Amino acid sequence: MNWIYIAVMAAATYVVRVLPMTLIKKPIRNRFIRSFLYYVPYITLSIMTFPAIVEATQYPVAGALALAIGIVVAWFGADLFKVAVSCCGTVLIAEWVITLLK
Amino acid sequence: MKNNKYSYKAPPNKTAFQAGLRNGIPIGFGYFAVAFSLGVAVRDAGLSWFQGLIASWLCTTSTGEYAVFSLIAAGTTVLEIALVTLIINARYLLMSCAATQRLDPEMPFWHRYLLAFHLTDELFGIAIARHGTLNPYFSYGAFTVAVPGWAVGTALGTVVGSILPPSLTSALSVALYGMFLAVIVPPARQNKVVAGLIVLCFAASYASANLPLVRELSDGMRIILLTVVLSSAAALLFPRKDEEEATTP
Repeated sequence: MNWIYIAVMAAATYVVRVLPMTLIKKPIRNRFIRSFLYYVPYITLSIMTFPAIVEATQYPVAGALALAIGIVVAWFGADLFKVAVSCCGTVLIAEWVITLLK
Repeated sequence: MKNNKYSYKAPPNKTAFQAGLRNGIPIGFGYFAVAFSLGVAVRDAGLSWFQGLIASWLCTTSTGEYAVFSLIAAGTTVLEIALVTLIINARYLLMSCAATQRLDPEMPFWHRYLLAFHLTDELFGIAIARHGTLNPYFSYGAFTVAVPGWAVGTALGTVVGSILPPSLTSALSVALYGMFLAVIVPPARQNKVVAGLIVLCFAASYASANLPLVRELSDGMRIILLTVVLSSAAALLFPRKDEEEATTP
């Protein structure tokens, strides 16, 4: 039975991802929809980033610092890998300092 | 047909694949750390590590999988699993729609079936962050390193539980948000509308997580509602000109 559950979950997940990808074959002409779809990635990723980043760490301060450092580093043109590593490093150091101060 | 540097037919696809491998590494580490806790849910649901591995490889969606494993643990039906998966993962409908507008119409169609397979928040994000049309080989490179991190992390989590020290899990899980920042911040530098929207989104997301009634909704529902409302408002107030879309990411 568990394998059936997994198969159903996998099928339902794939349907959601593949339908628009295969149904929308041409560039959309409508200006509103084009603009809407242009903004979707930035808006949805922004929504997922905050406040989640602050809740992902053991101490909210560490997550908040990672957010600030990540924004600064990305603003000055660091690539994806460097931004991710900066955020991880910030949390490691911040939480280490916090445990020392406790 | 302008032949942009990252078009699918631009040689060398190998370069795009290698760029994908490199960009997939932090995702792989982040996934690995997050998947450990998912493995614990797999164990609670009474599934084997192998079932966890296959489920994670096929689905690559933390919230969707987590919800389904909880359902299985509590006792469930096939219909319930299908419905919950569809609802929780509905945001991928929007991402998939957005991704189509960045595909080269001349790209062989079968690439779309493969690209859709691992359209996760992170892997979608790094593909969108590239300039011009998407080269599928970039995404395949990223899948190659990121998806095993997710699947193996789930399997290991199932077997051993949370063995990673909390400080390491904490640091690694932030990698995923760091990648989101790397996607959303650079365009904000060139485009004041995007910059303003990001700030607005942070505020709206924080508010919706705390407001009565709205906070009762699942994370997935809140993300979809906010995305639709804010993207519609942005599209109405700041419609894009055609030539802008060709040049800005």
